Amino acid sequence: MSLMNTLARAEAVAAGRAVPAATVRHRHLAERPLVLVPLTTAGEAGAPLGAMVGTDRDAPVLLVVPQPLDRELRFGFFAGLAAAVLPLMAAYEDDVEVEPATRNREESEVCADAPQIVVPNSAALEYVRLLGRSTRFLRTVEDPDAPHPVPVPVPLLGRWLTHYGERARTPGSALLVAMTELLTRHWATGQSSMEDQHLGALLGWIDPPPGLDGAVAAERAQTDRAPDGLLLSPPAGPATDPLFDNRVLAPAMARYDAARTDGADAAEVAAAEADVRRLVGSQLRPTWDDVWHGLDLLRALPEGARVADRWKRDRWSFTGHRDRLRAGEPPQPKRDGAVAAAQKLAGRETAQARVSAQEALDDPLTMAVRRLAGEAFAGEVTGVEMTYSEGRRPMPRPLLTVRTPDLPQAEPGTKAYRAVPGAKSAQSAEIVSVAPEVRSDGTPYDGGPAAHLVVVRLTGGMGSGRVPKEGSVPEAGARVDFTLFEHDPRGGPGLPEPEQTPWTHGGPPDAGVPPGTPPPADAPDPVTAEDYL
Amino acid sequence: MTQPVRADGPDTDGSGRGAGGEFDPGRAAAEATAAILESTLHGTARGVVVDSPPGAGKSTLVVRAARELAAAGESLMIVAQTNAQVDDLADRLATAEPELPVGRLHGSESLPDKALDRHPALVKDTSVANLRSCKVVIATAAKWAYVKDTEPWRHAIVDEAYQMRSDALLQVAGLFERALFVGDPGQLDPFSVVGAEQWAGLSYDPSASAVVTLLAHNPGLPQHRLPVSWRLPASAAPLVSRAFYPYTPFRSGTGHGDRRLVFGVPGDGDGPDRVLDEAAASGWGLLELPARHTPRTDPEAVRAVATVVRRLLDRGGLTYAAPDPDPAPLTADRIAVGTAHRDQAAAVRAALADLGVAGVTVDTANRLQGREFDVTVVLHPLSGRPDATAFHLETGRLCVLASRHRHACIVVCRAGVAELLDEHPSSEPVQLGVTVKFPDGWEANHAVLAHLAEHRVAWRA
Repeated sequence: MSLMNTLARAEAVAAGRAVPAATVRHRHLAERPLVLVPLTTAGEAGAPLGAMVGTDRDAPVLLVVPQPLDRELRFGFFAGLAAAVLPLMAAYEDDVEVEPATRNREESEVCADAPQIVVPNSAALEYVRLLGRSTRFLRTVEDPDAPHPVPVPVPLLGRWLTHYGERARTPGSALLVAMTELLTRHWATGQSSMEDQHLGALLGWIDPPPGLDGAVAAERAQTDRAPDGLLLSPPAGPATDPLFDNRVLAPAMARYDAARTDGADAAEVAAAEADVRRLVGSQLRPTWDDVWHGLDLLRALPEGARVADRWKRDRWSFTGHRDRLRAGEPPQPKRDGAVAAAQKLAGRETAQARVSAQEALDDPLTMAVRRLAGEAFAGEVTGVEMTYSEGRRPMPRPLLTVRTPDLPQAEPGTKAYRAVPGAKSAQSAEIVSVAPEVRSDGTPYDGGPAAHLVVVRLTGGMGSGRVPKEGSVPEAGARVDFTLFEHDPRGGPGLPEPEQTPWTHGGPPDAGVPPGTPPPADAPDPVTAEDYL
Repeated sequence: MTQPVRADGPDTDGSGRGAGGEFDPGRAAAEATAAILESTLHGTARGVVVDSPPGAGKSTLVVRAARELAAAGESLMIVAQTNAQVDDLADRLATAEPELPVGRLHGSESLPDKALDRHPALVKDTSVANLRSCKVVIATAAKWAYVKDTEPWRHAIVDEAYQMRSDALLQVAGLFERALFVGDPGQLDPFSVVGAEQWAGLSYDPSASAVVTLLAHNPGLPQHRLPVSWRLPASAAPLVSRAFYPYTPFRSGTGHGDRRLVFGVPGDGDGPDRVLDEAAASGWGLLELPARHTPRTDPEAVRAVATVVRRLLDRGGLTYAAPDPDPAPLTADRIAVGTAHRDQAAAVRAALADLGVAGVTVDTANRLQGREFDVTVVLHPLSGRPDATAFHLETGRLCVLASRHRHACIVVCRAGVAELLDEHPSSEPVQLGVTVKFPDGWEANHAVLAHLAEHRVAWRA
């Protein structure tokens, strides 16, 4: 947690409500996002209890598994989710733009937009990954040998959810986002980051109901119960309130089971099922409304200037997966290979550097965090001295003296960058010296200097002539912002092809195995004495 | 910190016992080096791993192995992790054998150190094609990663291999047929700024150390270790060995009394002077400030660090290192201050400047790795903290800070760290398939604290 964030939280406590942590919105928000609120069954990993899903806040689709231990009913849930999600994917697949060829890439098409999925919190996001993992390898009714076939579109749903879940690990991506993460990026509350994971409490701090302050609203969301003992603001999932499970849900499920086993008439079964649906829906609806409330709050913020650039990368990601599906490639493997893992890590590290830089450039409040950390500085140019590089063709290398209240943590020679309006890339420079400001007679100020004088040498962005391009060198008196981080970080060198995996990393995968052979199943863990304790 | 994975390969005896049974450090080190060179030059394994504790002559070994491989007519590439390490190795290699054609491959934006210009046989270039005629080509792992479509080298030496990430090795391993991996398993593990938990437990986890991946896939590789630290004095080696290398102990190359630190000016009885006297006498000093929760750049602790350094210089320190009978003055360039965070280092630099001290190295543990000083002053990573996070508990961080000195190490810390540790037992999730690390940071921190407690001096008498 940065010092600025600590201060913002302290201010939030004092003010009784959350304070802004950003002046712009740093994530893309789709016009019609797909909101998905999943619930899971207590004690049963990967057995969904229900979900509320849809793009229309007034007409959510409610999916409920009346008996989560029944495989057929679970498969029915997956089919229902597929029916809600897959048409949306299909709707975006064919609306494409043509991306002109560049030096490294042929002309290609990219989807003009991509569906965005919003879940309430990071645990729900993790649950999307679990749903993807548990469904993408399932065998369908088209497979005559499948012992427990699922409806046809379920594995496809699993592949899309897996793709969205993986993409969500890329910093700054927005295909699949968690509302708590979006809100904590843009507001600082007066509670701990652990407590911020509670969507209701978080919203209580950011937008408390009239007459309440943030702390009270948050506490009410966390603990207030109706006379029947149920939480007024049920957990945003996927875990449910144990009291709800024990007192309300378990008896209703028992009635449903009894109705089915008794061989009672269909109406009785339907009534019992409707009862479970109503109960699960009552737990989902408040969270559903909270997610849309959060979307309203975020929409009120203007979008950051570089958000569209990142969303374009998300569109590339969506297009890439569409192409893999169309090419008939197999589902994503259970585990990444050595090369794939290294590739993903490198891509995410670049994305992290990019989003950190872009957020700072888009948002003075975020830049202030970096300035306080000594990674950027802003100030006034107090002097410009023209010097030239050595060599046959001397190039301009002007020295700027910048008076700044910041203290950049940089050794001489550190690279610095300046955003120049209208220019495609940042102007490069290097730090020559950082020194505290002294009195005119050379003695230091009492109680420490109020400012530092930073001398930077501009090294680029001035054209190729002996005279710098007009307007490329700031004049004395101009306000300038320099960062010590790159504005548009690039990825590193490429990795070997998977078939070229070196001996240090186990050599090429599946060497000697004919293509198309299914991967061997993992051997079960050996039984040890501890298994019988 | 990464514990070496013990493999089935042959291990150096390294007992170094002379005929009379007493420990002879010179002999033990020579035996270990001979075994390593034997494995490298005449062994059949594709890789050889050498674990080296702090100051055990790792660079000397790399230079020696490089020269012997070159002398045997092999073509050799050397991979190091930072430009400073590459420049240092190139300089040592060219100094040891001025006629050896050494190629220094570098990026167009990062020019090699000017100090290399004095070696006529050393060629610098940005393209590997222009260096293929050199017997030895040396570059950072990041630079090697851009080298493509070239005939692989017969041999490689990978330096600081425990600080190299697995994915960096993946990028360069296609460039060589066999390699000698040298590194210190006790220093800081490589890290990633983004989460890599999804690959935890995989043998090729890209965020893990290169050596861990290498040994997971090649469990039979011969592993050696250097048994003697020539840097750490007799007062420090036992603690560092016990706290950070419990299963691979090492000894100091010098005996008690071989290294001495004396001051020309007597102390004035204040905390900083008394801790200096304690450190001069015992090799360790703990200057303890009153317990308090503080921001990272704790102004009192920072001032205490700066004051200790100031007094260290003012009191005319002299260092004696046997067998040389003449003392060397303790100058600013032989002193370092180590911190956990960059902003702490910046605060200490500013405080030192206020006291008129210049020339003292002040840096974070990450950037002090591999460096050596006579006296170090350490701002304890947990000083004044309300919590003990995985970052602050990392074993390698404390190990680096506590093992840079030849004479004495002075730790500045607020009271209450032992209680803080007890309130924050390690609670990192257990990942299946990940080798459990010993000792964990919690344990190592307690071991070091318990030792420092015997050399404690209160800030105010």
